[in-house]
Amino acid sequence: MSNLLQIKNIRKTFPGVVALDDVSLSIAPGEIHTLLGENGAGKSTLMNVLTGLYRPDRGDILFDGSPVQLSSPRDSLALGIGMVHQHFMLVPAHTVFENILLALEGVPNLYSRRKYKQRVQQVLDDFALDLDLDAPVWKLSIGAQQWIELIKLLVRDCRLLILDEPTAVLTPQESARLFQVLTKLRDQGKSILFISHKMREVMEISDRVTVLKKGCSLITLARGEYDENRLASLMIGEDQIPMWIKPACKYEELALEIKNLSARNDRGLADLDNFTMKLYRGQILGVAGVAGNGQKALAEVLTGLKEASSGRIFAEGKDITNSTAKNSYIAGIAHIPEDRKSIGIAPDMTVGDNLIMKNFASHAFRRWIFQDRAAIRKNATAKIVQFSIKAGPDDNPVRYLSGGNIQKVIIARELSEKPSVLVALYPTRGLDIGSAEYVHKVVIDGANQGMSTILISEDLDELLKLSDDIVVMFRGRLVGCVNPQTTTREEIGLLMSGEVQI
Amino acid sequence: MLEILLDATVRAGTPILFATLGAIINERAGIINLGIEGLMLIGALAGFAATQASGSLLIGVLAAFVAALLAGSIHAFITVPLRGNQIVSGLALTMFGIGITALFGRSMVGLTISGFERVAIPGLSQLPIIGKAFFNQDLLIYFSFLLVVAIGFFFYRTRWGLALRTVGENPAAADTCGVPVTLARFLAVTIGSGIVGIGGAYLSLATTPMWIENMTAGRGWIAVALVIFASWSSYRALAGAYLFGGITAMQLRFQAMGTTVSVHILQMMPYFFTILVLVISTIRLQKGSSQQPENLGQPYDREDRK
Repeated sequence: MSNLLQIKNIRKTFPGVVALDDVSLSIAPGEIHTLLGENGAGKSTLMNVLTGLYRPDRGDILFDGSPVQLSSPRDSLALGIGMVHQHFMLVPAHTVFENILLALEGVPNLYSRRKYKQRVQQVLDDFALDLDLDAPVWKLSIGAQQWIELIKLLVRDCRLLILDEPTAVLTPQESARLFQVLTKLRDQGKSILFISHKMREVMEISDRVTVLKKGCSLITLARGEYDENRLASLMIGEDQIPMWIKPACKYEELALEIKNLSARNDRGLADLDNFTMKLYRGQILGVAGVAGNGQKALAEVLTGLKEASSGRIFAEGKDITNSTAKNSYIAGIAHIPEDRKSIGIAPDMTVGDNLIMKNFASHAFRRWIFQDRAAIRKNATAKIVQFSIKAGPDDNPVRYLSGGNIQKVIIARELSEKPSVLVALYPTRGLDIGSAEYVHKVVIDGANQGMSTILISEDLDELLKLSDDIVVMFRGRLVGCVNPQTTTREEIGLLMSGEVQI
Repeated sequence: MLEILLDATVRAGTPILFATLGAIINERAGIINLGIEGLMLIGALAGFAATQASGSLLIGVLAAFVAALLAGSIHAFITVPLRGNQIVSGLALTMFGIGITALFGRSMVGLTISGFERVAIPGLSQLPIIGKAFFNQDLLIYFSFLLVVAIGFFFYRTRWGLALRTVGENPAAADTCGVPVTLARFLAVTIGSGIVGIGGAYLSLATTPMWIENMTAGRGWIAVALVIFASWSSYRALAGAYLFGGITAMQLRFQAMGTTVSVHILQMMPYFFTILVLVISTIRLQKGSSQQPENLGQPYDREDRK
């Protein structure tokens, strides 16, 4: 069996970071090859090398047996390598048709709209997909946008399809549909490079698995040579996973009450629609839903970053609706934001400065109008030890830290004032398993001490493991509340897709 | 009376129209160009000098296009491959334009040429009211009509137009579809600048066939504001440019009629309306009906890690 693609000893560095150290990998025609690895292992960097976005520092790439130079996406596309990126490569303001048309090959400058619409429609029909070609992309669900990305590859007749964590934004049912399409494509002789860290999917779909760790390809295993445990231990290595015992929530004291909350987004559409729920002291409330169904708005309204258009929020009986972020914080609501680097921290400032960002005006950290550098440093040292942050040298800007350590800095800051409610928006997204477990431990420890957590996540396994209750959001509404002990992934999936309501 | 006013409107609006069209091409590709004022001046001087030397108006217009294109390539070079700050570079270009035209224009002051003459289009120019204003004009005005339609057609009916719009909205998306982002942006900035230059040349070859230092008098800045008013559409640019042309024509008319209102107040009107238009368009933008290219002002670096 000759290889479609072979890469040998690829290395890629960014200023100060070795993203890929030594990666070798081969892909056969008509196989689904999974690339497995923790975040930061270099999966996305490798993909961007294959699509010509990044140029490797050294190493060889062979396509169809002959060496190739991939110095731009054009080169990759010419060979038939296409990719569905994790951050969609779509123009929200353009129509579905316009987005797909640009990906089509051989379209003349003066093209016939009718002819090419038919051609795109043909591809949609082949895969039994239902999309309105004239709708602007921003109006579509994230799941539908994912399909557009895939169709952009299908209309091009790609020989190698690369999918970077495509199921992150899909319901379980949509994922199953995607896997059907991928299997069909494989049977047509196309090769698929699939990236994921969800073990369940890897087991289901892969013909072969390559494990990537710290920028090196560790091993490639064929179906039958691996099981979940083997893959997990290869991926994590010697990282310790902390142990914890989850307390049961008593549902006695009300911590937070949300009544008929609504909020609008920038385009004037409803982000939150008549949302009502109760949160008890010590409760871990999981919020499930496909990304973009109002989870972010919920977190922002609760933490005072966004205004509600109607409805009320009560924290321990006190009305805190439309308060400022500062007042929400004083009311005891802490926030782990979605976008660590752009909202969670000031990347160019030191760990110490980031740690006091919420209470810099406190007398503990100032003398009259001047900063008390000694107190700030002392605080930093204490927090670095307490939360075992790998912070590097003293005046190191936070942006040089790994994702997991940045998250620890945010957690250390948010928990410093002993909040009564923690609103965590995708707190483990993009973290390696060790760091994700650390976040879980923080949530559980908090629950033990009476802190309530609203855990918004797209990882159903995480929600099922941690939550006392799980509510499901769809188009800004609360469409169901289920018990993690008795529910099934399928039930949550149906709620997430808005097909049923409880 | 209305005919005369309409005629003056079109003539006063045309230089702003060219400048706005050029700026739209820049911004559709995602590059803000605040050098419009400078580019217009460079076009005006180059057009006048070339016509003066050669005696040919066509050569004058071509010279204005090429000179502004070359000046615009400075902005293109700084903002596209070097990914420099677009605001600073654009402002520098304007100051460069004002300075260099004042320097080289000194010898042109007082010289004359014969400017563009009116050419009536048989039939159409006989239409009541609008006939004279739109179809008994000079060739550059007819060219501006063609350009409005051609740019609209280019953006919405051709593949290159789609590619260029995508570059302004999401350069990474364009890049992964195989569109050469750097080249597309470079061409948009340079060709757009060239068209701005023709707007300047209209002033020195048609409006008043002579060179006066700083003769654009802020029209470039009005064009920058009009791009937002026009929501980056060439057709609405036409409407916006004539709106300003109309205000200019009216204040001239008032002056001619000898009102008691101070001349300075009247001359202020177009600029006052610029501020008004910016306020209204910006409020509209915030209400979400935005047509603004999403990556406007953002340099594109393929290897940038997000």
